[in-house]
Amino acid sequence: MAIAKRLCVELLLAATLAGCATTGGNPADPLEPFNRAMFRFNDAVDGVVIKPVAKGYRAVVPGIVRTGVSNFFSNLEDVWISVNNMLQGKFQDGFEDFGRVFINSTLGVAGLFDFASDMGIQKHNEDFGQTLGRWGVGSGAYLVLPILGPSTVRDGFGFLLDTKADLVFYIDGVRVHNSLYAMHKISDRTNLLDASSVVEEAALDKYSFVRDYWLQRRRNLVYDGNPPREPEEPDDEPTKK
Amino acid sequence: MNILRFSLLALLVPVAQAQEPAPDVLVKSITGEVVAVLKQDKDIQAGNPKKIEELIEAKVLPHFNFTRMTRIAMARNWRLATPEQQKELTAEFKTLLVRTYSTALSNYRDQLIDYKPLRAKPEDVEVTVRSEVKQSGSSQPVAIDYEMEKTPNGWKVYDVKVGGVSLVTTYRDTFTSEVKERGVDGLIKSLAAKNRQSERERAKSGKT
Repeated sequence: MAIAKRLCVELLLAATLAGCATTGGNPADPLEPFNRAMFRFNDAVDGVVIKPVAKGYRAVVPGIVRTGVSNFFSNLEDVWISVNNMLQGKFQDGFEDFGRVFINSTLGVAGLFDFASDMGIQKHNEDFGQTLGRWGVGSGAYLVLPILGPSTVRDGFGFLLDTKADLVFYIDGVRVHNSLYAMHKISDRTNLLDASSVVEEAALDKYSFVRDYWLQRRRNLVYDGNPPREPEEPDDEPTKK
Repeated sequence: MNILRFSLLALLVPVAQAQEPAPDVLVKSITGEVVAVLKQDKDIQAGNPKKIEELIEAKVLPHFNFTRMTRIAMARNWRLATPEQQKELTAEFKTLLVRTYSTALSNYRDQLIDYKPLRAKPEDVEVTVRSEVKQSGSSQPVAIDYEMEKTPNGWKVYDVKVGGVSLVTTYRDTFTSEVKERGVDGLIKSLAAKNRQSERERAKSGKT
């Protein structure tokens, strides 16, 4: 993990520095050649290792256990989600997240059951990248991180703090927390198996499809589902050849 | 007898138009019908894509405006295309979207769909129907919004937003760069090639 993090920092710095060197195409993606290469690498790793493991996990482990595992990690995340909501001044959401952690950690047996959702306390989606966005920090260039996948310069920095805030980080023993990281990744990937087969079917160019989806999605998350309307593209001027 | 029947029909037409179902009611009833078929049809559960496509063809397609979807995805390049090319683009894009949608539906496993109350004035001609899909294994629901417009033939969907992201505009950059590099015909060719490739893969996996 330490190596991954150092790699992350270096990539981010390189990305910030290279930010001005445009290569044409999408203005949000000046690092496209680098990103495409990283995307291919991730795709290959996913195809050979992560996806098969996720498929095996889904085939072997009963649904109720998988939901428990997913809930367990989700409960740990809620702590940091609560902090981020507070940092963004959304105190009610923050208290709700805290309530979720309290209920799910006790009644929900250390987070294995998500009783809070059943009680109508909805989970929120927050991370430090979104908090930075809320504070007015622009997303910066689109950036594909190794293994972690689509991100931006801003969200990459946010992620560095997110990993520090991940409670798994404080569990003693490198072995234990590395296995937990891997478990978390596989659990998340399993939940996405169906979605990724749809992307495969939908995309003309998978790289730009994922990028454009990701950038819009993050924008949407920063504004909690109500982003300001983007200026419409002028309709009358055809793209220059 | 015939005259009677026709005059009855004539009477019925304006009534039918006046009682065009509201957009949210329409989405709810179509989704309900489709889900009901998905749940009981053994062929579809076994993963027969042909059957799913037929289902979509019959129940869902009539309620989509594919020309408008293609126009949004093409943005300013729409005007570069001749009417003939516009027709071809729409046809290929439609095939792509239908197949994508049928893949998504074949993954359907007892998700719960929850509709938000419609916020619209009676005179509105464009509305958003909001729904949330709860997946098993994930505590966070996925928002699915249907952008709809009022037409003489009832309400039509012209965009679907998943998690707040427009399916149609997600294609925009791909389309723009394709047109920039290879022209409108190049884009049509790429779409057609993608469609044929998926067709072949499907045939190879022996599911057709």
